[in-house]
Amino acid sequence: MKDTGILAAIPEGPRERLMALGHEMSFPAGTRIFEEGGRADRFWIIHTGGVNLDIHVPGRRAAVVETLGAGRLLGWSWLCPPHQWHLGAEATSPVRAWEFNAAEVLELCERDHELDHALLAYVIEVIGRRLRAARTRLLDLYGPYGSGSPG
Amino acid sequence: MTAVPLPYRVTANRPESADTRTIELQPVAEALPVFAPGQFAMVYAFGVGDIPVSVAGIDGSALTHTIRGVGATSRALCAVRAGTQVGVRGPFGTGWDLPSAAGRDLIIVAGGIGLAPLRPLVREALSAPGTYGRLNVLVGARTPADLLYRSELDGWGHPYCGVTVDRAGPEWTGNVGVVTALLDQAAFDPHDTTAFACGPEVMIRAAARELLHRGVPAQHIRISLERNMHCATGHCGHCQLGPLLLCRDGPVVAYDRAKPLLTVREL
Repeated sequence: MKDTGILAAIPEGPRERLMALGHEMSFPAGTRIFEEGGRADRFWIIHTGGVNLDIHVPGRRAAVVETLGAGRLLGWSWLCPPHQWHLGAEATSPVRAWEFNAAEVLELCERDHELDHALLAYVIEVIGRRLRAARTRLLDLYGPYGSGSPG
Repeated sequence: MTAVPLPYRVTANRPESADTRTIELQPVAEALPVFAPGQFAMVYAFGVGDIPVSVAGIDGSALTHTIRGVGATSRALCAVRAGTQVGVRGPFGTGWDLPSAAGRDLIIVAGGIGLAPLRPLVREALSAPGTYGRLNVLVGARTPADLLYRSELDGWGHPYCGVTVDRAGPEWTGNVGVVTALLDQAAFDPHDTTAFACGPEVMIRAAARELLHRGVPAQHIRISLERNMHCATGHCGHCQLGPLLLCRDGPVVAYDRAKPLLTVREL
């Protein structure tokens, strides 16, 4: 676990204090882990398996917008108001993950400023990367002319 | 290399997606010199024109090209029937130079039609087990229906072949998202890895940025660039990218050389 995303981003001391709050969870393939609009009070670090993030489309099956794999952070809506999931999440294969209670982590961060800073910096980086990826996909890069007119 | 197109007979023409087809060619008489993976040919649809097309398969003197019909000439080439003839010049440009990556892990990043020039590279690596380290193939496409060589992809990755799409329908059970996200699943030692990338330049830059971030040296990241190649012999200047004439100095360029050029606006 040490080499994967969030754990590699946090120094050893605060990382150990964070991991002491986590516990291992397993989700069978097809499990709905959370629903769009639901209360965001937890987050996970995926150890193995894959999770689809989706958006509810009325009258249709939910549209999958991104797949997360091993080492990725699942869930950041717990960090800021309105503390509701932006998207739904479903396990695409058997998933093993570390689960964290957001209230416990935030309470620890109140006292542990080193962890607070490292965790916040990491989550912001994740959000930034996902925003960049989403904006890149807006370009429709694989369209006939890459990203616009043939020039 | 010849300045005059040699006649090649179309032996097969099969669909890859709604707008993309793969054609197979055999020389009618004299054959061009053997192409290397990454090089390109000028393929001439008689009476319409010629366009640069990378080789998607090399089998002795037989050539395979995958062509997306987006202009008059490419649409004419997509429409050629088996038994008819086209003209071919080449081989042109720099290749991927896979042998220089012997002993190293390989990462191949392809986006859209950019998988075509990487196909012979993958095949060459697969045909020489033990020569290279771990082979990771990462493929991105617009939708599942736009994926090329679907029947071949399963056998490509040792240990990893990942496919992701930008937009998935309900039938798709694979990954959704940008191709660079698949790097999380790839198995490689960054300092002992050679990467090869082809696709839209925005994707190439994103892939190179991620690879650099993970420790792959810029000189070991090879990218294939595309400009408006016309003469293919370095004379007309249509394919100029800064100091490079991509038909001659490319299309495959090491990222340490290409990076400063790709950040210049409208170059």
